[in-house]
Amino acid sequence: MTEITAFDIAPAAKLDTHKARQARIYGFVLIACAVLVALVFGYGTEGGASFGLSRPRDEWVIPNLVIPAGPFNYVAAAILAFLGVRQFMRGGSKWSTISIAVGLAITVAAFLVWATAGKSFSLVGMLQATMVRAVPIALGGLAGVLSERVAVVNIAIEGMLLAGAFTGALMGSLLGGWGGLACAVVIGGLFGFILASLVVTYRMDQIIAGVVINLFVLGVTSYVSSQVFQPYRYLNNAPVFRAWKIPFLGDIPVIGPMLFNQNLFVYGALVLVGVATYYLFHTRYGLRARSVGEHPQAADTLGINVYRTRFINVTLAGMVAGFGGAWFTLGTVGRFDENMTGGRGFIGLAAMIFGRWHPVGALMAALVFGFADSLQQKLALLRTPIPSEFLAMAPYIATIIVVAGFVGRSRPPAADGKPYVKER
Amino acid sequence: MSDTTSQSSLTEKLLQRAAPGRAEFEDLVVVPIFAVIVALIVGAFIMLATAVDITTIGRSYVALLQGSLGSLNAVSETLTAAIPLVLAGLGLALGFRAGLFNIGAEGQVVVGGIAAVIVGFSMPGLPWIIHMPLALLAGAVAGGLYASIAGYLRAATGAHEVISTIMLNLISYRLLDYMLGLSWMQRPGRSDPVSKSVVSSAELPRLLTDIDPNLRLHAGIFLMIAAVIVVYWLLFKTKTGFEFRASGENPYAARYAGIRASLIIVLAMGTAGALAGLAGANQVLGVLDRTTPGFSAGIGFNAISVALLGRSHPIGVLFAGLLFGALEAGGRQMQVDAGVSIDLIGIIQSLIIVFIAAPLLVRAIFPWGFARPAGRRE
Repeated sequence: MTEITAFDIAPAAKLDTHKARQARIYGFVLIACAVLVALVFGYGTEGGASFGLSRPRDEWVIPNLVIPAGPFNYVAAAILAFLGVRQFMRGGSKWSTISIAVGLAITVAAFLVWATAGKSFSLVGMLQATMVRAVPIALGGLAGVLSERVAVVNIAIEGMLLAGAFTGALMGSLLGGWGGLACAVVIGGLFGFILASLVVTYRMDQIIAGVVINLFVLGVTSYVSSQVFQPYRYLNNAPVFRAWKIPFLGDIPVIGPMLFNQNLFVYGALVLVGVATYYLFHTRYGLRARSVGEHPQAADTLGINVYRTRFINVTLAGMVAGFGGAWFTLGTVGRFDENMTGGRGFIGLAAMIFGRWHPVGALMAALVFGFADSLQQKLALLRTPIPSEFLAMAPYIATIIVVAGFVGRSRPPAADGKPYVKER
Repeated sequence: MSDTTSQSSLTEKLLQRAAPGRAEFEDLVVVPIFAVIVALIVGAFIMLATAVDITTIGRSYVALLQGSLGSLNAVSETLTAAIPLVLAGLGLALGFRAGLFNIGAEGQVVVGGIAAVIVGFSMPGLPWIIHMPLALLAGAVAGGLYASIAGYLRAATGAHEVISTIMLNLISYRLLDYMLGLSWMQRPGRSDPVSKSVVSSAELPRLLTDIDPNLRLHAGIFLMIAAVIVVYWLLFKTKTGFEFRASGENPYAARYAGIRASLIIVLAMGTAGALAGLAGANQVLGVLDRTTPGFSAGIGFNAISVALLGRSHPIGVLFAGLLFGALEAGGRQMQVDAGVSIDLIGIIQSLIIVFIAAPLLVRAIFPWGFARPAGRRE
């Protein structure tokens, strides 16, 4: 860029102090990462890190990836420092988001190399676990996207997931896997419908309605599991959907086990994200739904039934969350435990914001959370000097940083959280 | 805000001003009473649905009443359970008044409890008149600072406090797990995560041990009453309180009137967190004597219900906290006497809030109980 353009841009950039401040924050974070990588992960690290890219029983066995740990991390630190300085010098450009994303990814890679130095680590196993753990978060985030696009804040995702998990276990034990799955979806949809009627028809505060549904579902499922499941154990013993390997595609190294050798829920989540994206952004119904979320009065003027649109979309969101909830029981262990969703619905909510109210974005964010989740589990095996509790905190801290940093760029639907009263 | 909603709420306010006595009486007394009754009836239906026979249902509701109010011990248990709920609920109510939805009371309770237990066990030899207030203060300060993180982020960057407080909750659990494994924190000779016990000079003294050594009611009750009065005074009698309420009612108007919105957000979050931290300290110093994983036992989440039920008014929060405390104490008795799981209480609590928070729903169920029927609301 020439000096003249920089001079021309200057007044406008001065006005946009928010972006400039954000760019400086990102720059600071990146340089801090560079220092961390150089001093902690790079300095004095010896030996090679060996990453397993295939498992012994795979069709095509490819050799382990061996990375010299020390040099790799010095290079990583140099790249991070470059990105950070660049943020300071030329902050606020459209590359900010990309450079912070790349920077965090490099930091994680450097950390992994440092932790693995002199040992070996099954990368493919971790990636597969990432995919699996991302499923409930992605589906929760997708449920959030569907309802917030019609301006209904959905705190109740957690409750819908829990209801899906519970129904999956109970009805799965009675009717088999498919029956349980269908019932879980229906129950999720039912709670979506209840949420819609509380906030649309009875105009209850949306956040309160969500909190109440969470409480209610937690109460009912815990009550039934201690009152009924304890004496009648056969009611809580559902079959589990096993992994289906897609022929040929499942044999591709690395990608195969990650994407094409999973159970129904992983495929379902990927398909649903695609369908939801198509529905929201490429069909007239999606356009109507989004217009209801942005400006309900205008939508109403154009003859769109705001109430009905909200009912339909929030119910759909509930069905998606019910499917995601069934993962906890039918996709993993087949047994329901009290409060087994453990806050994943809330993380899904964060994934939705992280993913800028877009299905694909929510999926990506969910993958980040899933990665952190599986990383934390596998790292216990590597025995790093960092306490595992701090590693477990890392994704939450990252969420706070990202949510704080992304605001101003990501914007919720304009009418989000506001009830609509039709004029008479 | 859209014009139609502001118009309808304006009409509603005008109506309330026109007939204040009746409308307020209905909203504050009739609706909650109906809500409790409906919730108990629905609870009975849920028990019926899970194959509990009718005599057991009757016995369990009798046990619920006996366990909460039936004896001195029951009343003591009710009050003991109510103290932390009221304290944390007051903090949340303050936040709601200022337009902040703080889901993080649970995390603030945890952090407050950790701080209180550290002060409680690490300074033996102090006289109780210094030690106990110091431990309580540590809890309040820790909770306040922890909540201020979310407040600061909201004020400085606009990060929504719902997300950041949820994340801070999750972080606080991990922090507790980590700290309980530290050698200076863990009880000597134990391999499981249990902290050292609070020394007696930091404990909140039990009040009724002269009558019966098993009565657990402790001096935290004075703290609770004082907190209700202070929060009432703060909210309705001071300039800061007015600024809190103004920012909550209409942030734009408040900013236009010269109220520093960012400062108010941080202050409101900090005060709310301090009260939640005090609730945690109160549990540790008055009831538990130590911290274990999950010692917060959902107080922060139940406090959300308490604040909502109490309409974010200090007096309302007091009564709501007492009701929830009674349900908790009675629920334990119900589990022992009738063999009905205490989780039923969670269902009843959530139903009460549904009916309180959606007055239109209660009006639709009981049209005869109200002067204005549901249909003619606008």
